[in-house]
Amino acid sequence: MTVIEARGLRKAFGATIALDGVNLRVEEGRILGLIGPNGAGKTTALNAILGLTPYQGQLRVLGRDPWTERDQLMRDVCFIADVAVLPRWIRVSQALDYVAGVHPRFDRAKAEGFLAKTTIRHTSKVRELSKGMVAQLNLALVMAIDAKLLVLDEPTLGLDILYRKQFYDSLLNDYFDRSRTIVVTTHQVEEVQNVLTDLMFIHRGRIVFACSMEEFESRYLEVMVHPEQVAAARALKPIYERRVFGRSILLFDHVDRQQLAALGDVRTPNIADVFVAVMGNQAGQAQGTAQGTPQGAAR
Amino acid sequence: MNTSSNAVPESTLDSQVIAPAAMSATRPMYWSVRREVWENRSIYVAPLAVAGVILFGFLIRVITLPHRMPAVWALDPAHQRHAIAMPYDFAAGLLMLTQLLVGVFYCLDALYGERRDRSILFWKSLPVSDLTTVLSKASIPLVVLPLLTWAITVVAQLIMLLLSTAVLKGSGLSVAALWTQLSLFQMSLMLLYHLVTVHSLWHAPIYGWLLLVSGWARRAAFLWAVLPPLAIVVVEKIAFNSSHFAAMLGYRFAGGAEAVPFPGRMPIDPGTPLSLGHFLSSPGLWAGLVFTAAFLAAAVRLRRYQGPI
Repeated sequence: MTVIEARGLRKAFGATIALDGVNLRVEEGRILGLIGPNGAGKTTALNAILGLTPYQGQLRVLGRDPWTERDQLMRDVCFIADVAVLPRWIRVSQALDYVAGVHPRFDRAKAEGFLAKTTIRHTSKVRELSKGMVAQLNLALVMAIDAKLLVLDEPTLGLDILYRKQFYDSLLNDYFDRSRTIVVTTHQVEEVQNVLTDLMFIHRGRIVFACSMEEFESRYLEVMVHPEQVAAARALKPIYERRVFGRSILLFDHVDRQQLAALGDVRTPNIADVFVAVMGNQAGQAQGTAQGTPQGAAR
Repeated sequence: MNTSSNAVPESTLDSQVIAPAAMSATRPMYWSVRREVWENRSIYVAPLAVAGVILFGFLIRVITLPHRMPAVWALDPAHQRHAIAMPYDFAAGLLMLTQLLVGVFYCLDALYGERRDRSILFWKSLPVSDLTTVLSKASIPLVVLPLLTWAITVVAQLIMLLLSTAVLKGSGLSVAALWTQLSLFQMSLMLLYHLVTVHSLWHAPIYGWLLLVSGWARRAAFLWAVLPPLAIVVVEKIAFNSSHFAAMLGYRFAGGAEAVPFPGRMPIDPGTPLSLGHFLSSPGLWAGLVFTAAFLAAAVRLRRYQGPI
């Protein structure tokens, strides 16, 4: 089942093009990471998927048009924009009451169960909770909803490392099963690397790279090259080279593992390194495309 | 397109598709209204506080009541009523003023505050339509506040009457004049009529306009609500030396003369003749309601487009 299908998705804010013909397709049971620099269009793409912003082009989420059917869609879709959006005046008990009141798929007992594992008290107001506790509360509310699609936009922004780890652990252990789909954007790429099943790079409103994590791991290899082998390694056309502690680290795309093993220590690269490499090679041409496109009306 | 078109043939999914229908359509509305009261506690705190102040003042005044009663008995019945009912009418008037102020400031913040604190993203992540949200917010000044004001006024007046009775009885004086001149039941019905006709139906476009502005303004909602109408008044005055728009605004604020045909009289006095038919057939009422509907429809549309500011 296709959960999200976008064709030629466009969105402009005045003269700024946020989405420039995005095509994407997300199947059920995937965990997609949407990675991109600031202003690349990640949040705009998510907002379009969530029915928070109008757009041009075709977009279906769970078979619905998000812009005209947001309230219907939200029965099957959950999202956590960064944690600061929970209203500061609301009490934990009121948040539970309200979501239980308006959401047909909310399992209150489940949410209470998640909260019982934390130090959050029912009588507390959100403004009295630490940022990490607000994230836990938001996650408890969302995980108790039996949704088909969960959208996370920088869900761990501003959290300390302990909460960030907990956040993804709970998500994977207590929430994710093969029938759910998760789309996540984040700057903390290294944290989601082992969580994702699919990866997309977005830059200047375009999807510049997309692959599954299996493909990613078989395709990209990083070699910490022995100093005497550097010239030989460079001959294999690395897509990126950096130096750490005086050692050269070369990133290869589609080069045989055995061949590389002879040159040094081979390992799977970080998403961040591949991101920098791919962006470095594509930025120039994407920039040219974005600026050369005539600008459409905002709405 | 509905969810069933996507459903893979699995029994668990089928039951999920049926589940939403089980939820009554009024539930999101009910919880949205409750949510508004949770967030804006001034809706009930302000009138309760004002009622408390009124009762405190009355408590001091009631001590001297046995000394003042003989003078009141000497008056003719019409003036006697006025003398006895004055603090009760004053209490009702003050609570109505409170309701007006709370309603105005509530509306100005209703669709503005959720964008300013970004919580609109949380509210929009739940299956509640923009229409339900805007209607729940409109119901605060149009339904909740009038009914609450009515209940608090009636209780306050009842406490005042019981206090007076206790003090007079304690001094061995007759309470007959008090109870014959003050028919709380009739007064409460008149008050309810006045609140529904004038404070809810007649003033509805004012609240509708304020909600629209609060859904649209990116800052200084109060100024956006007040300055454009003022600008129209000024331009009309300078360009045409007329003041039709100002007169129209004044007519709306002074409002609802059709509901009670004797202007200048306290509209909640028992015995004031009602003219519901006249009120319901006045074009001003219906024009106002049409404007209210238009303002609210625009506010619903705005909320769909607006995000955090």
